[in-house]
Parts: sequence; C-alpha cells; structure tokens
Amino acid sequence: MKIGVVTFPGTLDDRDAARAVRLAGAEAVSLWHADTNLHSVDAVVLPGGFSFGDYLRCGAIAAQAPVMESIIDAANGGLPVLGICNGFQVLVESHLLPGGLIRNEHQHFICRDQKLIVENVDTAWTNGFKLGQEITIPLKNGEGGYIADAETLNRLEGEGLIAFRYSEVNPNGSVNNIAGLKNKKGNVVGLMPHPEHAVEPGFGPDTSAAMRSGVDGLTFFTSVINQLVNA
Amino acid sequence: MPKIIVEVMPKADLLDPAGKAVANALQRKGHSEVTNVRIGKRIELHYANTPTEADLQAAKQIAADFLSNGVIEDVVNVIVEN
Repeated sequence: MKIGVVTFPGTLDDRDAARAVRLAGAEAVSLWHADTNLHSVDAVVLPGGFSFGDYLRCGAIAAQAPVMESIIDAANGGLPVLGICNGFQVLVESHLLPGGLIRNEHQHFICRDQKLIVENVDTAWTNGFKLGQEITIPLKNGEGGYIADAETLNRLEGEGLIAFRYSEVNPNGSVNNIAGLKNKKGNVVGLMPHPEHAVEPGFGPDTSAAMRSGVDGLTFFTSVINQLVNA
Repeated sequence: MPKIIVEVMPKADLLDPAGKAVANALQRKGHSEVTNVRIGKRIELHYANTPTEADLQAAKQIAADFLSNGVIEDVVNVIVEN
C-alpha cells in the first residue's frame, strides 16, 4: 500500500503527512511538484503549507504544477486524494472541489484544537468514522473562510457533499460552518483542519482522558487503507 | 514596454477583510468621507511588441482561467497599455 505525499515549494506539512501515513500502516512515497510521475501510488495526500508563497491566490499556482495534471486525471478516474489546508485550497483551485477559500473573517491567523462534526462517512478518507461523530484535530490557517455561490451551496447541501462542519465555534467565517468537502464519488476529500497533526498519543490535541492524547486524525489514513484493501 | 493590464477585484457581495481593515483605519484617521474600501489586484503582462488582438484574447483567457477565481473574484478590466 503506497500513499503519495506531494511537496510543492513552500509546502510545510509533508513530513507530518508522510509520518501519519506510516503510523496508519502504509508506505509514504514523496511526490515532487515538477514530476508528472505518480510512482504507482494507491492514494495521494496534498499537505498543508504555503505553496508558492500563497502568491496570486492560495493554491492557485500549485494547481497549475505538472504533478497536478496527473493527480487531476487520476482523481477523475477514482484515485483517493486528500487535501489538507493548503492542499484543500489546491483542490478548490484545481476544480476537483467547488467553491473558494478567502481570508478569515476576523483577519487573524488562527491556531487551535478544533471540534468537527463528521457529516459524511461515504468517502475514501472518512469511512472509519461514525456519521455525526465529533472529532478534534488542529486547525491553523489565515485563509480558511469557505465560500461558494448560493447555487453551489444548495448543491453541496442537497447532494450531501459536505464532509465536515465546524462544531461549537466557526473559526473563520466559513459559510454553513463548512470545514471540509467531498466530491460526488467520495474519492476526493478536502478540509482546512489538519488530521496529520493528531495521529500519535503525546503529540495530538488534549482529550478528556489525557493531555495531548487525541488521535482522531489517524482515522483519515486508516480509512483510505481499509478502502483500498477491501477494493 | 507594451503591456496588457488585468484588474481583478473581489466580488462585490464578498467580504473583503483587507479592504475593511483599511476602511476602518481611514475612519480612525478622520476620513469620514470615505464610506468603504475594496482592495483588488493589478496584474501587468509584458510583451516585446505591441499586443495583437490575439494576444488580448489570450490575455482575457489567462485572466479568467488563472489570474482570477470566478468563485470569489471578478476580472473588471483587461486593457492594452503601450
């Protein structure tokens, strides 16, 4: 089982994403932005960071990178793709997911342990959760305000394409508290919070059980492995 | 240097936090005559020769496909400037 992790210039969380892949039990394969070869990976993670310095728009230049041509083709063919934070922005700019992400409503960069509600478990990356489950994973972004026109929002709500909603606090002004989306097929998922930062006891968010013991993010990676094994 | 200028603005009905911050600062400075501020982008495409009609059409395509995101922004102007 090989899961590719893409590095663009300015990507920050590729090492953490690769580590999460390994902790979940798969082999992490580094993919380079300038290389169209996906090295036969079974799934791809687009990690967080500030690809190309967030120039033009967050994720806009990365969406034009050679590796994205291959990923867009493969995703349209059913390859599981997870976009985290800047990776979510890349998915939106690649038109694999609809809408856009703008500067947080309150203008501040935000970094907090964020509660989410799992709104859809019929995806490659969320099938290990229970529908309506509350999970906690870190959120850290400056431009995480999700936005879409009324027609798109109606479609997202009507077709059940919202994967995660913010719980208790809407940290960035996202419409309908949207934290993450899936595509129709369920192979592509994107979200602003960071599952790869909540995969190992001692380094995750606090829980009622113990400090830093939160590992809710690991389920994203075990979900895709389960789906690939059972495919 | 012949140029094509592309101007991109956040959509009118969209929150523009940077514009809002500047507007608030202007209010604090006593410029109560300014009722709102919106901040967009001016992008210059440079050419070796005077852009042709085909160049302009190509620039409009680039503006729509890459320089702006139709979900959150509008291309308000694409003009040749010699």
